[in-house]
Amino acid sequence: MDIIKNREGEKLCLAIKGRLDTTTAPQLDEVIKTELDGVNNLVYELGDLDYISSAGLRVLLASQKVMNKQGKMVVTGVKDDIMEVFEITGFADILDIQ
Amino acid sequence: MDMKRFQATDGEYPTVCEYVETWLEEHDCPMKVAMQITVALEEVFVNVAHYAYPNPPGELDIGLDATDGVITICFIDSGIPFDPLAKADPDITLSADERKIGGLGIYMVKKTMDDVTYEFKDGKNILTLKKSIA
Repeated sequence: MDIIKNREGEKLCLAIKGRLDTTTAPQLDEVIKTELDGVNNLVYELGDLDYISSAGLRVLLASQKVMNKQGKMVVTGVKDDIMEVFEITGFADILDIQ
Repeated sequence: MDMKRFQATDGEYPTVCEYVETWLEEHDCPMKVAMQITVALEEVFVNVAHYAYPNPPGELDIGLDATDGVITICFIDSGIPFDPLAKADPDITLSADERKIGGLGIYMVKKTMDDVTYEFKDGKNILTLKKSIA
């Protein structure tokens, strides 16, 4: 998995590429814990995300909870297979998917 | 059924994942189903690695079969008797702030597979998943 970070002022874009699973989710969790200070607009670009498991969902939920307190979070570019996982788990209703 | 034994540890997960994905490819499993099965594999494997054995590491046998357009994947461990299907489904209608993530993994497995069965037999937990690719 690759995480490409792009910070512009109070906006942070995170492009996630590859697999967000039990092995790689801790890397994203670390970013969430250390780099959201002063961010009021978090954008996940998931156009190159191929796979997500509950470990990955857990980090997205943690991000959403943080951003509910300090701004907004949107998720973009979601592929069909990933969207299906979001729908099954109710994440399609929780996340702002654009 | 092709059976293979793995050590049930987090470190072994990438090896297990690659083994199963390769097997699915060789048996013409469509990508969408392969992803659903891999999600199920991860949920089950991580559960066994973290909770099945009081003194880890333990072992996990994985069986794979493709017959008449149905993929069967079977997980067998000798850990504490545990029926993952007995747990109530999570409330997926709650908001982000109300949501807890627990129980989501096995819920995804139940939703994406056609058939999920559990039995405890001869001191072993046996979880069997079936998915049609026809």
